Order: sequence, then structure tokens, then C-alpha cells
Amino acid sequence: MNAGAYAYLSGMTAIHSELGTDLPLTIGGRSFRSRLMVGTGKYRNNTEMARAIEASGAEIVTVAVRRVDLDRTKEEGILYHLRPDEYFLLANTAGCYTAEEAIRYARLAREAGFNEFIKLEVIGDRETLLPDTEGLLTAARTLSREGFAVLAYTNDDLITALRLEDAGCAAVMPLASPIGSGLGLLNPYGIRTIKRRVSVPVIVDAGVGTASDACVTMEQGVDGILMNTALAEAKNPVAMASAMRLAVEAGRLAFLAGRMPRREVAMPSTPETGMLE
Amino acid sequence: MTQLRILVNGELRQVSGPATVADLLRHLNLDPRTVVVELNRQIVRRPRLEETALAEGDTVELVHFVGGG
Repeated sequence: MNAGAYAYLSGMTAIHSELGTDLPLTIGGRSFRSRLMVGTGKYRNNTEMARAIEASGAEIVTVAVRRVDLDRTKEEGILYHLRPDEYFLLANTAGCYTAEEAIRYARLAREAGFNEFIKLEVIGDRETLLPDTEGLLTAARTLSREGFAVLAYTNDDLITALRLEDAGCAAVMPLASPIGSGLGLLNPYGIRTIKRRVSVPVIVDAGVGTASDACVTMEQGVDGILMNTALAEAKNPVAMASAMRLAVEAGRLAFLAGRMPRREVAMPSTPETGMLE
Repeated sequence: MTQLRILVNGELRQVSGPATVADLLRHLNLDPRTVVVELNRQIVRRPRLEETALAEGDTVELVHFVGGG
């Protein structure tokens, strides 16, 4: 972000923090109230998933593209359990290891007819599920040219984030820590740097484990968080979803409010004058 | 009437020909509004399902949305 844009944002955030309110989050020309986005994977059952998503207050909900089970022995599609008119469905390309594969999945997702958004994942390694940045950039360029609003899952590297922005991405989604790890925000500096330098929204995706992780992440000034496992694998996903909703709001407001400076020495908060003789 | 051998989601299926993609979906009891169809790596848009004919040896992928993060 250039200095002018940063000053503008600071001015806007000052006004809104005084009011204790926030601007909507705008991605790819669409506005959203909630800065928390949630996935639909790994829940114990679909009823629990639907209740947790409702409790999270999320508007953007991610889904994946997979083969229909022709024998219907497994669960039906996600849309039997999640009303598509209540949520903004964000399809992902999870499980794709090449640009070509991710492009194929993205096109299939768009054909489902809900929207042109795609959460682009091109995975480079099965153990860490870290992104293949070369494949990611290739797919991001192609899909952006085809009119997709690309939200690119990426690492905490500034240069990749800048190149994704140049590639036409509608948002960059750096990780807090590896997918499904629940290790929290490992590189706050990296995330802050990306937010400072990139103009498109920065949504931290993956790695948030509990509410404090979400709060600290939002305090870095990012535009939102996407999470799945932290809710799905909580002992009580509905309660955790409520906690995450509050944590994202708290972290966002704390960022807008502007924290006090850090000091290496104590400073009394009570007057030192007027003491008894 | 001929039998067409078609690979659907990786499984070999036989359908009575001539048949369209829409016929295949009806045969599989699938609502075309809930699936996306790829025929030999090309997406078949919904308005074209009724007019797109299947041929011996075709590869069809039928996908939908499932849970994911």
C-alpha cells in the first residue's frame, strides 16, 4: 500500500474506531459484514456443521469440488445441509497439486452457477501442504484473465503476495501456520508486512487454533480470517464458533482502536503526587 | 438400440444408445441443477445437457460441492 492509501485508511479507521464500528469488507466488488470466513470440512456431522456456521456469523463459507458418489452410499452434497441463499459459497481447489488441475477445478466450480469467486490452492508438498508458489502464480494469472475473483492461498512471503496481486488476485490469503495444524500465527511480522504492502484484501487462511490466535491475527490489521479445523475439531464446535466470532471482532476493533506503545519499563497509572507525608 | 460403454467418475457404465448427457443424469437419478458435467475434459453447460450426445468410450465426470476448508 502506498503512503497516500495508508493515510486514507488510517483516517477512515480512526473515524470508525471512534464509533466502535467498522467498514464492510470488500472483495472483488462484493461487500461483506463478517470478517470471519469458515470452511465446511471435517465436522462430525452436518447438523453440527450448520449450527457452528450459524454461530460463527460468517457469510463466506468454503466448499470443495468432488465427484458425485454414484452409489449414494456416502453423504449427499453439502448443499443439502447449507442453504445457498443464506451464505456466499466460496469454492476451493484444495487437493490440487498443479496449476492445470486447479484451473480445471475452478472452472467446474464456477459452472455450478453461484459466483465467480475461487479460493485458489495449489499445494506443493503433502506433508506440510505448503503452496507451490510457481503453480499458484500461473493459475492465478489464467483464472484472473478468465474473470474469476481469485483469493489465493499463499505462504507468509511478501514477494509472492505482491506477485499474486500483480497477477490480478482479488485477495491474498497468507497462512497463519500450516493447514489443520492449529499452531496459530507463527509470523506476525510477515503478515503485517504483506498487509502494509499489498492493496487487495489480506485474509489469513489456515493455522488458527483457538480464539486468542484469531484475535492476535486480526490485531495485525488484516482484513479477515478463514478457518475450518479450529471449529470442526473443537470439542464443541458451536461454542468455538461463537468464541471465534467474538475474537475476530475484538481483534479487529483493537486494531482500529490503536494499541498503546510497548515500553520496556513500568509507568505508573496512578498519580505519584499527593501522597501522604 | 446399442449399448454404449462410458466411463462415469472412473466407473465403467453401460447405457442404451442413442443417449444424451441429460439421459445419463436421469438414468443415475441425478438432478442436473445439483451437478456439473465434464465430458471428455470439456464442461457441458446446463442448457446443452439435452442436446449433447454420448458416444462409445466417452469419459464423463459428474461433480458437486462437498465439505471443504
